[in-house]
Amino acid sequence: MSSIIKADNIVKQYANHRALNDVSIDVLKGCVFGLLGPNGAGKTSFIRIINQITGPDSGQVYFDGAPIKPEDVNHIGYLPEERGLYKKMEVGEQAMYLAQLKGMSKAMAKERLKEWFKKFDLDTWWNKKIEELSKGMAQKVQFITTVLHEPKLLILDEPFSGFDPINTNLVKQEILRLKEEGTSIILSTHNMGSVEEICENIALINNSKKILDGNVKQIQQDFKEGVYEIEFKGSMIAFTNALWTGCELIDSHEEDGMHTAKVKLLDHKSPNELIKAVIGEVEIHGLTEIIPSVNEIFIKQVKENSAKKEVNHE
Amino acid sequence: MSKIGLIIQREYLTRVKKKSFLILSFVGPILIAALMIIPAWLAIKDVDNQKIEVIDESGLFINQIKDTKELEFHYEFRSLADAQEDLNNGGEYTAVLHIPKVVVTLPKTVQLFYKSKPKGSSVRYMENAIEEVIENKKLEDLYNLSLDQISGLRPDVDIVSKKLNEEGETKESAGALATGVGIVLAFVIYLFIFLFGVQVMRGVIEEKTNRIVEVIISSVKPFELMMGKIVGIAAVAFTQVFLWIVLSGALIIGAQQFFKEDLLDAKTAQIEQMEQTLGTEAPKVSKGSQFVAEINKKLESINFPLVIGAFLFYFLGGYLLYGSLFAAIGSAVDNESDTQQFMFPITMPLILSIVFAQLVMDNPDGDVAFWTSIIPFTSPIVMMVRIPFGVVPWQLILSMALLVVTFLGTTWMAGKIYRTGILMYGKKVNFKELGKWLFRKN
Repeated sequence: MSSIIKADNIVKQYANHRALNDVSIDVLKGCVFGLLGPNGAGKTSFIRIINQITGPDSGQVYFDGAPIKPEDVNHIGYLPEERGLYKKMEVGEQAMYLAQLKGMSKAMAKERLKEWFKKFDLDTWWNKKIEELSKGMAQKVQFITTVLHEPKLLILDEPFSGFDPINTNLVKQEILRLKEEGTSIILSTHNMGSVEEICENIALINNSKKILDGNVKQIQQDFKEGVYEIEFKGSMIAFTNALWTGCELIDSHEEDGMHTAKVKLLDHKSPNELIKAVIGEVEIHGLTEIIPSVNEIFIKQVKENSAKKEVNHE
Repeated sequence: MSKIGLIIQREYLTRVKKKSFLILSFVGPILIAALMIIPAWLAIKDVDNQKIEVIDESGLFINQIKDTKELEFHYEFRSLADAQEDLNNGGEYTAVLHIPKVVVTLPKTVQLFYKSKPKGSSVRYMENAIEEVIENKKLEDLYNLSLDQISGLRPDVDIVSKKLNEEGETKESAGALATGVGIVLAFVIYLFIFLFGVQVMRGVIEEKTNRIVEVIISSVKPFELMMGKIVGIAAVAFTQVFLWIVLSGALIIGAQQFFKEDLLDAKTAQIEQMEQTLGTEAPKVSKGSQFVAEINKKLESINFPLVIGAFLFYFLGGYLLYGSLFAAIGSAVDNESDTQQFMFPITMPLILSIVFAQLVMDNPDGDVAFWTSIIPFTSPIVMMVRIPFGVVPWQLILSMALLVVTFLGTTWMAGKIYRTGILMYGKKVNFKELGKWLFRKN
């Protein structure tokens, strides 16, 4: 599969700090790509470079296979984290303006806006001023203006902030629909639940460097630590005694006579060995492998990376 | 439409559609017209018909104070007390002018008693007339001169100033009228640079604080956004000036048609009054028409195509120069209250310009005039004052060229500051920081 965005060795230096240090990222066509990282890691700097708001000090960005050029902005839709609209302008007028700035014709913009406004229940608000809208509604208008010109690449920075659960779902459905239609999407968010739900690939940036990237499922597999959750009935003491030295009991609790224990298998032992060891002592009701959430991986990686950095500094 | 065209259009339409624009467009001309019409109209309405009884105890003034349109003098020989009593009981006179015997040695003893206060100009007319009689009397007594000889002693000097140009031709310079035209146009430029420069700044701050700026610069270059705003607002400024000129012109012409006769009368009345006040004794040949002819002659001496052309040029040049600086300030701050420290160095030369303009009015070819009309930060205002008097072509060309070069320079600088500033939040910026932004790469 070819990539919509290929960024090679991007470096961005500000007066007294380096915002991006040799970051390479590959966003495949037709995928949802999660761009993750703690605040101030350099995500926004990277997004601004793709949007050609700023340029890299070194490195090259390719859009759809060719070095990125100014006209490419017409094929990109960008929803910044800090966003807003002209408060005194009418909703329809403003949406038309932003659409035309993305190179759409007036007639086309109007036609598509009518459809989108209907879909998002905004059709009676065309002549209202933005300041009369609730925050959620203004966010809807903003989302529409981002996707209206049917960009090849959509960059969404915290797209769900400011939405209630119903509208969050509406926007999520739209994002997935756009993806089905072939739009490539870069999603930057701290909402890890939605990352697992809709992203295929992710990159994790910390302290201006990319510290992790790849397929979400694969990364989760890679970060498995051999922890299993086992449910059983019987004596907890017997269970503990049955565990051999190759495993470690991390956590356990009991509810209505049903014990749930988390056991970590060392040295890549098979879960079968765990079953063999305890099967004579307790009644097994379930065994599940614990797959780490993206959230856990995020926290772990960022902590390790920051600790390393501090050591290096000393 | 190109993207910058769209931006210009938005900036223009959102402002022109505002109520405040409409109000300013109509209130401005009404004020201008009122300033021109009301004094004339008042002059008609404000007629001071006084029938004054003169009690002349010195005997010097009998039939010496001439009647005017408004004032009628009657000389009575009775006591002041009688006259006052008559005045109080509603006699035929409206005021009593009492001139005591000692008037020649104590001129401050003259008194005027009235029922309704005469106009200041009427009082001055009487003062002048009395002074003249006393002066004549003294000259007569001391040097034994006849009245004819005395009036021969009073020459009527009126300096006609003519500018000598390089071809050796002379041209009558426009004097007071030129001063008036120049200072009014200079003031209009000053006002509009301020008014619309601040609008540029506000517009930039608005885009920055409501955070739409990042969305827009993902579609257009920051420089295009800045220029679009500056040009769009310039178009608003031109529309406003155009409306002011057309509407106030229409109002004034309309008013002239309406009060045609009255105004003509008023003009002649004003002129007569001026001359009465000055006490000149020019021959009475149709003063009104002479005055109008003189005005026309002076108007002709002003090169109007040049004045209008220069006005448009300096208006635009000055606005672009200052507008780009205002845009840079707007981009560097988070809200309007932070603009103070940056506003000062920009408003200073503007305010100085209008101060210099007043000096230049008096001496349009002096050193101050030369330098301040060449330096681009003051030239848009000061040069406007000089132009109606006639400016040597090389000075005008130098001034215009420097203005163009400077506004290109300030626009470039502003673009650099703007590009960095609009994405910078929560940082108190100082001049050193701005300097760094200037030299930052993309």
